[in-house]
Amino acid sequence: MYSKIMVPVDLMHVERLGKALDTAADLARHYGTPVCYVGVTPETPSEVAHTPQEFASKLDAFAGEQAEKYGLQANSLALASHDPTIDLDKTLLHAIQESGADLVVMASHIPGFADHIFTSNAGAVAAHAEVSVFVIR
Amino acid sequence: MSDQVVVAPDGHTNLIETEYVVGQDNIERKLGPFGFDIHNPVFVISGLTIVLVVLFTLAFPTAAAEFFGWLRPTLTSTFDWFFLSAANIFVLVALGLMISPLGKVRIGGTEAKPDYSYAGWFAMLFAAGMGIGLMFFGVSEPISHYSSSIAEGAGSPDSWAPLAGAAGNAEEAYRLGMAATIFHWGLHPWAIYAIVALALAIFCYNKGLPLSVRSIFYPIFGEKVWGWTGHVIDTVAVFATLFGLATSLGIGAEQANAGLEYLFGIPVSDFSKVVLIAGITAIALLSVVAGLDAGVKRLSEINMVMAGLLLLFIIVVGPTVAILTGFFTNLGAYAEYLLPLSNPVAREDANFSQGWTSFYWAWWISWSPFVGMFIARVSRGRTVREFIFCVLLIPSLVSVLWMTSFGGTAVSMVNEGVSAIADASLELKLFAMLDGLPLAAITSFVGIVLVIVFFVTSSDSGSLVIDTITAGGKVNAPVPQRVFWCIFEGLVAIALLLGGGLAALQAAAVSTGLPFAAILLLACYALVRGLMSEPKAAGAKSPAAKAAE
Repeated sequence: MYSKIMVPVDLMHVERLGKALDTAADLARHYGTPVCYVGVTPETPSEVAHTPQEFASKLDAFAGEQAEKYGLQANSLALASHDPTIDLDKTLLHAIQESGADLVVMASHIPGFADHIFTSNAGAVAAHAEVSVFVIR
Repeated sequence: MSDQVVVAPDGHTNLIETEYVVGQDNIERKLGPFGFDIHNPVFVISGLTIVLVVLFTLAFPTAAAEFFGWLRPTLTSTFDWFFLSAANIFVLVALGLMISPLGKVRIGGTEAKPDYSYAGWFAMLFAAGMGIGLMFFGVSEPISHYSSSIAEGAGSPDSWAPLAGAAGNAEEAYRLGMAATIFHWGLHPWAIYAIVALALAIFCYNKGLPLSVRSIFYPIFGEKVWGWTGHVIDTVAVFATLFGLATSLGIGAEQANAGLEYLFGIPVSDFSKVVLIAGITAIALLSVVAGLDAGVKRLSEINMVMAGLLLLFIIVVGPTVAILTGFFTNLGAYAEYLLPLSNPVAREDANFSQGWTSFYWAWWISWSPFVGMFIARVSRGRTVREFIFCVLLIPSLVSVLWMTSFGGTAVSMVNEGVSAIADASLELKLFAMLDGLPLAAITSFVGIVLVIVFFVTSSDSGSLVIDTITAGGKVNAPVPQRVFWCIFEGLVAIALLLGGGLAALQAAAVSTGLPFAAILLLACYALVRGLMSEPKAAGAKSPAAKAAE
């Protein structure tokens, strides 16, 4: 059914991603597809890493852990963005093409008042992606 | 160049080992429906102090006007030697770094690739750093210096002429006037920007420290920069940025208002200026919400094209040959007068060296954390040599061309008997000159639009910078924060304009320039220290890494 599953991860808040990670792993095992974990970093030092390079290697390690934990075939894709707060949606849409995924499994918060002004990232990705998007709340 | 880049290896840098994690002192909460992520205490202290200053200015406008009216001349005349010496040091350090072997160090790592094309990069440098000023002073400053130099009393203590002036000698007065103008818009201001920008870029991209002014001082204060030493530095940087921006917004509003009256009869009043600032802040708001690439960069590029066309128009319809030869003779005049003009002590032209030069240096310095940080953010992937060449030398040459075209045309028109330019007030001189050229209605309108859009491009990039500093160096803080700062800048400009007028704005900028000048002198030392520990050639490792092997 699917050939690759993309899972956007925020390395800062991995604890909030549990349900999405579990769901993605279940689907991957069910369909026997590899998973690509995608992360977006600013080019400036952040909480996660001092350089984009370091971010990429941390993300790769994360993908390795997931592969071991769930028994999956996994890789990682790190993208750098000039202005991540604003460009995250665009960057994730670009990552779908870059990774060749045909299913996105993505965590999101329960929409509230603020979502009328600034949509959630998962909402924006679901609205604009050409592939299936599974939003986990 | 793509906005999104798959992370590729950047080669080697010499990261600083520190326990500090970006954002560790931040408060991350939800306020109603909006999330925020701010640095404690930098955000709180700078925010509260600025609110108090604004309230004081609005509550006691007369006292505020008196205070600020006293503050600015006092600071610029007492500390003129300090401002002039500091700026000279920045020029020497920047040029020294360019020709030294440290020029080979690449920002972001030995193999890092540039983020932006030259065109986008230059557009952002100018739009953030000088745009409004070039529009305001392009005609008015050469004319002012020329008039004061040729006047009979030039050289007397009451005169505002640079150096001894050139009473009655039109040719020499012109040369001197242009040299003095270029002096204020050439190597010195850009060296101030270049030093701050380069230091921030190196300590952020090569040393792995947060994108914040305090990071520069790690080689001097060590881990203390994460404590109160750093809080003070960052808070001063926020003040400098906010007041420096507000000054420019005030000047921009003044000129746009004057231009609108000239063209459309819209009266010059506080109300018009407030409406202008509010409108322009609204456009800046759209730009910051659209982001660095889709908003700030795109607007800067549009502005650059418009400014380039206006410049070309002046060159073509103005005295073309005189402008083109003037470019070289003015460069020569600049070189000839550079040393006497930058002499910090025993000056006999106090009005000029304190009222113009010292004020300008304080003003550039107050802008430097903002412009510097913005330049730093967009300069990843350039070598130090390329960086200084492009941030110091090329912009200085562009300033020479701009001043020669606008100032030279205006002076030749004055000499042909168009007295309207000389008689017009500072903010109207540009429009008075355009009026004497063909298609005045169109070019004046373009002039007003340029003033407004340059105003926007300073305001939006300034909001991003203040947001980053007050978020402890995070560039990915929630959107409402940058919205807050953008609106706040407009409010400060309005409050100070209503409370004490332009004098209040300028005084506020100058008073933050003074402590920051001292901070910058330390930064020169830290920058050299930081660069010395970086690997230079592609594929090379840092001196420390080599020693470890």
